[in-house]
Amino acid sequence: MAIDKNNVEYTARLARIELQSKELEKLAKQLQEIVGFMDKLKELDVEGINPTSHILPMHNVLREDIQKVSLPVEKALMNAPQKEGNFFVIPKVIE
Amino acid sequence: MPKESLNRLTAHELLQRLDNKQVTSDEILSALKQRIKEVEPDVRAYVRLDKSFELKNSRTQELKCLFQGLPVSIKDNICTDGLNTECCSKILGGFKPPYDATVIKKLKEAGAVIADLKTNMDEFAFGSSTENSFFGPTHNPWDLERVPGGSSGGSAAAVAADEAILALGSDTGGSIRQPASFCGVVGLKPTYGRVSRFGLIAFASSLDQIGPITKDVKDSALLLGAIAGYDPNDSTSVDTPVPDYTRSLINDVKGIKIGLPKEYFVEGIDPQVKAIVEEAVEKLKKLGAFVEPVSLRHTQYAAPVYYIVATAEASSNLARFDGVQYGHRSATPGQGMLQMYQNTREEGFGEEAKRRILLGTFVLSHGYYEAYYLRALKVRTLIKQDFDAVFEGFDCILTPTAPTPAFKIGEKTDNPLKMYLSDIYTICANLAGLPAISLPCGFTKEGLPVGLQILAKPFAEEMLFRVAYTYEQNTQWHKMKPKL
Repeated sequence: MAIDKNNVEYTARLARIELQSKELEKLAKQLQEIVGFMDKLKELDVEGINPTSHILPMHNVLREDIQKVSLPVEKALMNAPQKEGNFFVIPKVIE
Repeated sequence: MPKESLNRLTAHELLQRLDNKQVTSDEILSALKQRIKEVEPDVRAYVRLDKSFELKNSRTQELKCLFQGLPVSIKDNICTDGLNTECCSKILGGFKPPYDATVIKKLKEAGAVIADLKTNMDEFAFGSSTENSFFGPTHNPWDLERVPGGSSGGSAAAVAADEAILALGSDTGGSIRQPASFCGVVGLKPTYGRVSRFGLIAFASSLDQIGPITKDVKDSALLLGAIAGYDPNDSTSVDTPVPDYTRSLINDVKGIKIGLPKEYFVEGIDPQVKAIVEEAVEKLKKLGAFVEPVSLRHTQYAAPVYYIVATAEASSNLARFDGVQYGHRSATPGQGMLQMYQNTREEGFGEEAKRRILLGTFVLSHGYYEAYYLRALKVRTLIKQDFDAVFEGFDCILTPTAPTPAFKIGEKTDNPLKMYLSDIYTICANLAGLPAISLPCGFTKEGLPVGLQILAKPFAEEMLFRVAYTYEQNTQWHKMKPKL
């Protein structure tokens, strides 16, 4: 798999990171090497093998739908970079 | 022993003295504070610690509990109510969690002091050397020009330098065991699901576990017992009883079957590490263990599987850092929502974090998901099956913890792939969900510690403690101290 600058730029956009052009070049080179290393897995025949996304047998954990005390608003907001009243403030989304 | 050296003792030695009223918790805290002041300028195990830091036991009423006012140092990715928890990243700068992680809650209930002693780490636990910290690297107490390992390098260095009595780390691919090996201390990664992850800032949710970093095996058993157990707040924690681990500290390995995987002793291993670990194996044989070579056929595929699975999960977990709810937000004027996200993440994440987020995003993206992520999950199955097969005939597996002793600061920072390969012996335990411990088993000619890794079946921590304790009680390595 060949990784180039365009590829990395596209992936960075998906990941919501605005890379500087200098970073872009360096990362393209490094990712090329790392993905090349990952390509080693192509040696194996994995036909018919079940994927393991989780090591333990997982099942849904349900709880009773009851009212409980939750984090007070002022605590939930205490780390916000910008807040107003009971809200997080974000840049305008709709013009 | 003079009161100023109390910080050199293990937790169980101190607890005995507390029981006998020979010392007070305040005397221990004051000895520790003095030690931190002396060596911290060289070691830099802690973050955000200014000279006037407080180390007090404010809850003298609860001293009857297990830890009786002993302090526990905490990795910077474990949430401590009201105390900064920043994952050593700029993007979480200033973050004060509004709650305690479950392990912290349990430690406080057990009488431990949780102070501002947060330890250095690679940003978001991305690394094997603690060099990827926003606060700069920690130095290995055995040789200050070398790394302490990572990502829990601060916790391991603090314990090795007697700047901590007990510490917690987190282990996603070796982040407790590899630094324990580099610093000559004991590090345990519990079985996946043994310890609650609630309040551990997630790196890779299917691999992460919190575990103890301690001066000896007995302390490891004590600390694991205090933090283990089911937690309704973590649906991946497992509801099986927590045994009294101190009862598994039995100085006897007669008849215990140990497998020695031949794939771990091939090219890439430092010859001194190989010789030291082989000597440890001989020691266990002499003590009565039955040792035979075994094969873990897919070992060579573990590193590529790990770096696909771990980065994929990380890219998803780190999506939450967007400048809205906590931490850094880009101050660029006039930016819209999308631009705010992109600028915040560009400014807030360090180099390795960006690399891993991009890798993870790539292996999950349309057109590559099947070739990389899905394929890696299938090979993960093969790796787990290798272990299942060996554990049918063996009680545990012995390997070196890391292929080399501690390397020089800066030696691998320009080559991410080379850095990734320093985890090669530890990642399988995470991929297969197994418990694994690293304990000191010798020193190189240069005076650097080497670690022995023991792996066991899921929830067989007692087997690890028994074998580790027997080895430790019949050797002197755990008593060695760095000259600082």
